[in-house]
Amino acid sequence: MSAALLIDIILWGSVAAVGLIAYRCGPKVMTASLREGVLDFVNIVPRIALGVIGSGYIAAVIPQEVITGWLGPNSGWLGVLVAVIAGAATPGGPVVGFSIGAVALRAGGGPPQVLAYVIAWALFAFQRLLLWEIPFMPARFVWFRAAVSVPFPFLAAAIAMAIGKP
Amino acid sequence: MITIGVLVAVSATLVWRRDGASGVLDILIHDLALFGGILPRVLAGCLLGAFIAEILPHDKVSRSLGPDSGLKGLLIGAAFGAILPGGPFTAYPVASALLAVGADFGATIAMVVSWTLIGYGRAVAWELPIMGTDFTLWRIVISLPLPVLAGAFGRFVYVRMYPKSEPS
Repeated sequence: MSAALLIDIILWGSVAAVGLIAYRCGPKVMTASLREGVLDFVNIVPRIALGVIGSGYIAAVIPQEVITGWLGPNSGWLGVLVAVIAGAATPGGPVVGFSIGAVALRAGGGPPQVLAYVIAWALFAFQRLLLWEIPFMPARFVWFRAAVSVPFPFLAAAIAMAIGKP
Repeated sequence: MITIGVLVAVSATLVWRRDGASGVLDILIHDLALFGGILPRVLAGCLLGAFIAEILPHDKVSRSLGPDSGLKGLLIGAAFGAILPGGPFTAYPVASALLAVGADFGATIAMVVSWTLIGYGRAVAWELPIMGTDFTLWRIVISLPLPVLAGAFGRFVYVRMYPKSEPS
């Protein structure tokens, strides 16, 4: 069984479980939250369409050599800083950051720098904040979370340098 | 939305000039397939968020994840984020629901950061095949303390930025 299928099963299993709990609170509670959830879905789909289909084009025009050239093992803290900025600037689809990270590793990027890149991308890729987080959550929370996340890629790179892994 | 739309249009034009119509079409087909693949998960995430907002007892959430929940609240948030199934479309609606029923910024940050960095969904589906096992495992190990630290830091800054405001 593939991992993706397993995740889908767990996901829909959770939906069924909370749906059942809602139903036992009363059928009205269940229909109200069903309507709420479907409305959210309808509102969000166009934005996701733009995000998913758009990020492919944006990724295609970003020159990967530029990103990989800056992240070598001898680039030190400057490399980490560049990695964090690059991570924030990378489009936020599910694969783009990992793909560039993998290319950077293969092209001779330093592991702490690539680690900082991947974590910065995961925490506050700018395009994802705009397109994927703000539609779902209060904007004030999204910006606040991104701002307090800024130190953590640096911390992760420091840990990686200290323990000499990955 | 408009900015991104323009950015996408410009990028697509650049791809078209560089690779011709087939380059544009390749990316479109690939992304449409990706989009079709995640749609059911988006729906599941929205339903999960709506149900959770409805059934979670508000007083209990604000007690165990609210501003006075201390380290325990951050740990609960982080653990919740780590085991939450599905993609961003699950995590974000659920985070939003938590905020609405009385969790504070700190615990919700711990949850979102934990979902992003430790959650197995993305690691298993994307990172492991692309980045390799060694890098992924070490990245997760190094990331383990970060959600609680981020949540604590968030809470620390929040009470100083908005000293009198109620948790939203």
